[in-house]
Amino acid sequence: MIGMSKIVRTITSAVFPFVMIYGLYVIAHGHLTPGGGFQGGAVVASSLAMILVAYGSVWVVGRIKEKHLSILESLGAIGFIGLGFLGIILVLFYSSYEGSFFKNFLIGQNTIPIFNEIGKGLSNINTAGVLPLMNFAVGLKVIAGLFVIVLVMAYATRVKEGK
Amino acid sequence: MIYNVPYIAVVALVLIGLYAIVFKRNLIKIVIGILLIENGVNLFLITLAFRQDSTAPIYHGTGSRLMSLPVPHALTLTSIVIGVAVLALMLSLVIHIFRHYGTLDARKIGREEE
Amino acid sequence: MSGRNFAAIIFFAIVAVFLAFGALMMHPFGEFDEENYPEMDQYIIDNTQNETGADNGVTSVVFDYRGFDTLGEATVLFTAVAGVVLLFRRLKK
Repeated sequence: MIGMSKIVRTITSAVFPFVMIYGLYVIAHGHLTPGGGFQGGAVVASSLAMILVAYGSVWVVGRIKEKHLSILESLGAIGFIGLGFLGIILVLFYSSYEGSFFKNFLIGQNTIPIFNEIGKGLSNINTAGVLPLMNFAVGLKVIAGLFVIVLVMAYATRVKEGK
Repeated sequence: MIYNVPYIAVVALVLIGLYAIVFKRNLIKIVIGILLIENGVNLFLITLAFRQDSTAPIYHGTGSRLMSLPVPHALTLTSIVIGVAVLALMLSLVIHIFRHYGTLDARKIGREEE
Repeated sequence: MSGRNFAAIIFFAIVAVFLAFGALMMHPFGEFDEENYPEMDQYIIDNTQNETGADNGVTSVVFDYRGFDTLGEATVLFTAVAGVVLLFRRLKK
């Protein structure tokens, strides 16, 4: 895929940080406003696809190795499943704990002072237990997955020069 | 009967997609038909979640109003992501078929013995 | 017309008649009476802030009350990405 002219490349480089920050805002405030992991991940992946269209797939593949993207996606998946298993593993340490798969273990307790309040509709970001951590894990997985799909399909079907 | 317009829109989307799958020959048009059926089913799921004079199921401030049902919204999110995954795999297979056979006609591929 | 076209038209007409009857006999848009009152959703709306601590009802259903479905969806997304990368591994010259 060949890149576009100089005007398109300049405007894309100027707009790209703003779209990425908006997508990360939608992921981070997923438990207070409409949004969450999947929606914010789609916004950030579309900003990366804008870079791919403006600069050409040969230039982007020369900068980003595909191995690093697949490591990022696996980290997101392992984080999500690990947060689900921690509800069961905590039964081994505290024997009087009623745990189950995917239990919200960070809410209403005082040993770890993060994400442990119960919100009353005043948009406090320190609420909702395990939910913001799960939002980050799923958002990372969606960003890496959608960008790898677009990059591999654009690089494998490029038109060769000459011939 | 004027209050059933969203259900009639869902039936129109599904029937147009089914027409594209059964009666067309180009592989890309068949893929677009599958995508239309999947979007019609998503619209049907959201239509079932509405109550009269209700608002979005999000709290801000004190006091509460009548809210829509949140469970069909969650099921629609899962369905949209699965639709994206199926579309990516279908398009990869169409690219491979075009490189191997040289044509995109659905009635000329896969016949090896004649 | 050939046999294949005739069978396709019959199949399409049967499916269209069934769907049209189904659309006209649904309950009116947005009204819930005594026989299909949503009890599970009313419980979720009333107890989201006490049990989960989140303000967003849809996020609490996706990640806390029904987290198992989200696990299955993450698996489907991972399988699709693995399949696309596998199919294009030999064309990268």
